[in-house]
Amino acid sequence: MARRTGRGSARRGAPGDPPGHSWRSSPLRQITPWLFLAIPLALLITFTYVPVANMVFYSFTDWDGISPDRNFTGVDNYTQIFTRPELFRVFFVSGYYLAASAVQIAVALYFAAVLSFDLRFRNFFKGILFFPYLVNGVAIGFVFLYFFQDGGTLDSVLSWFGADTDHAWLGDPASANTSLAGVSVWRYTGLNFVLFLGAIQSIPGELYEAAELDGAGKWQQFRYIIAPSIKPVLSLSVILAISGSLAVFEIPYIMTGGATGTSTFVIQTVKLAFQFNKTGLASAAAVVLLLIILLITWIQRRLVPDEKVDLV
Amino acid sequence: MGKTKTLTGALLIVAMLTVTGCGGGGAASNETAAAPADPSDVSGEIKVLTPRTDLVQNGAMKAYAAEFGKIYPKVKVKFEPLTDYEGEVRIRMNTKAYGDVLMIPGAVAKGDYPKFFAPLGATSELADKYRFSDKTDVGGKVYGIAQFGTANGFVYNKAVWKKAGVTRWPTTPEQFTAALKAVEDKTGAVPYYTNFKDGWPLTAWSNNVGSVTCDAKASDRLAGPVSPWKQGSELNVIDSLLYDIVHDGLAEKDPTTTNWESSKTLIAKGEIATMQLGSWAITQMRDAAKKAGTDPDDIGFMPFPVQKDGAFCATVVSDYQQAVSIHSENKAAARAWIDWFTDKSGYSQKEGAVPAVKSAPMPSTLKDYVDNDVKLVERSEAETEKVNVIDNAAEIGLAKPDYRQKLIDTARGAQKGSLQDFFADLDKKWDEAAKTAGS
Repeated sequence: MARRTGRGSARRGAPGDPPGHSWRSSPLRQITPWLFLAIPLALLITFTYVPVANMVFYSFTDWDGISPDRNFTGVDNYTQIFTRPELFRVFFVSGYYLAASAVQIAVALYFAAVLSFDLRFRNFFKGILFFPYLVNGVAIGFVFLYFFQDGGTLDSVLSWFGADTDHAWLGDPASANTSLAGVSVWRYTGLNFVLFLGAIQSIPGELYEAAELDGAGKWQQFRYIIAPSIKPVLSLSVILAISGSLAVFEIPYIMTGGATGTSTFVIQTVKLAFQFNKTGLASAAAVVLLLIILLITWIQRRLVPDEKVDLV
Repeated sequence: MGKTKTLTGALLIVAMLTVTGCGGGGAASNETAAAPADPSDVSGEIKVLTPRTDLVQNGAMKAYAAEFGKIYPKVKVKFEPLTDYEGEVRIRMNTKAYGDVLMIPGAVAKGDYPKFFAPLGATSELADKYRFSDKTDVGGKVYGIAQFGTANGFVYNKAVWKKAGVTRWPTTPEQFTAALKAVEDKTGAVPYYTNFKDGWPLTAWSNNVGSVTCDAKASDRLAGPVSPWKQGSELNVIDSLLYDIVHDGLAEKDPTTTNWESSKTLIAKGEIATMQLGSWAITQMRDAAKKAGTDPDDIGFMPFPVQKDGAFCATVVSDYQQAVSIHSENKAAARAWIDWFTDKSGYSQKEGAVPAVKSAPMPSTLKDYVDNDVKLVERSEAETEKVNVIDNAAEIGLAKPDYRQKLIDTARGAQKGSLQDFFADLDKKWDEAAKTAGS
């Protein structure tokens, strides 16, 4: 046992250890964990930290993304970002996605709670709910483009029910953003659902039994057993929802390219970098977005601290 | 704790090394990439980067290479087709591996050409032989030779227009919208298709700068705080026409879900009457007509509806320019390929485009233009770099779809505001950018 629990217990000296030089104090053992970590660390550094460091560096230059020359411009890019209010106006679009996230979490929670009880075709429904999350985002974009097309899937389905709308779903900003946010709900509900379901299923079954013996109904079981035990997962989902809403990219970029008032902060950043060759400014925008998300997460952790859940 | 510190330190060092390591760039050499006098002298393998994935897949490029191989037996030509050509090549240009021959990406600033490409010769010599050579002229030297050029105008379905009772080309924007109205009333076809969703076809409208006033230097005149959208200016006329088309409901019902590929078939079948495009599109539309079983000759091409002294004008702009990488080890072979491909391959003829070689005849696709004495105006590129700098600084994007998408949204009421305010805003942005970026 002691061998496996590592250094802390090693000092107590497990019985049967040979005295003097042991495997535990050999230099090879000291570096073994680092050898195991070498590959993941190398990957992490190469593909995460180095690019981020580069991005921070570019954000202080006027680099156009191609030219071998770049000039150091100090905080000029940051001054520009904070003195041009139109660059922040796109965050209003995130409001649609934030509202959609609330719906998404509610829907996911509902299905997770319902499907955690013994139902017929339970696994089938689980599969159906999770499936959209597995589909590639680009494919989703194209599928829903046909869905929202004039005379497309949505229109034909509505006409079966006698509702002949002549509405261009992606035609005006409000409708387009709502439609896109709807696609995002369809896509990510499955992820939230699985997270909630996992948390719910880790609740020991005896609790339900005991509750039933005490005469608790399904709602009471949810209110007093399920809800408290999934609180950490719920707060994680909220963080993911907020940061996700601020950094929406794939779906609107593929479906509308940011036209008709559907541009988000990330789309705007991509356009700055790759259309107008302002890589420096775009990097600064990316850094600002990162800081905003960190800030929001920090505030949220302060407001809703993680508490230990104790059911028993 | 100690461990964490070492790790953070290591990360920082790695990061800093990378940052400094990226700073350098290749030194430019002034050696001209000259074609060899004797074809059997050159040898080596060259890699050609091309956006024409279709031609590589159907073997057409290979056939060109085989032809080339008959004259230059020791040169081996390989092609690398890139679907997202602009996006991929611009990133690869940070390295040295961007092929031997490549098309100059639009994002590269003209002033940077000598840092990336080998000069191909003096402008004074090459300008006599090739069109568009001023587009890549930096300091008296040419860095790229155009594959071909393209004339601008409206691709239209002649049969549909005839059915609507319009047989003569409209000579004013008002006549043009009236003609589209007739198409709507009498044929049931979509009078004009914006290709709003794909976006890039909207950029063809900008190529009409020059067509309106028949002025080759019209584009150069934008280099400064000149309020390009002021009343009566080229861009004002061009964008007002687009606005009117959409505002009068003469465009497709839902622009946000248009589809470029299917638009080809739709115009071939006469379900779409008109689209603003370059002459390069004519061949593609005629192919679509063949596939759809309709008459390819129904696809016509008409100039922008403005006349100057009783004649139509159409701006001719250069397509991609072919350049030799400064890092190429087979510059002579690369140059030989460019010369052969431009002069002798018959590529531009096959594509139905305006040939880069001045002495070559106009393609059959432009027969309508030649027959009707449309004056072709070769756009001067003398101030292009300055115009691009202002354009990027203003974040307008004359060659990008975004501002025209906004224009269409304004026209169909999805975005608030009037056309005058829209133009005034563009002018303001342009002039401010010109004042700061021009210095």
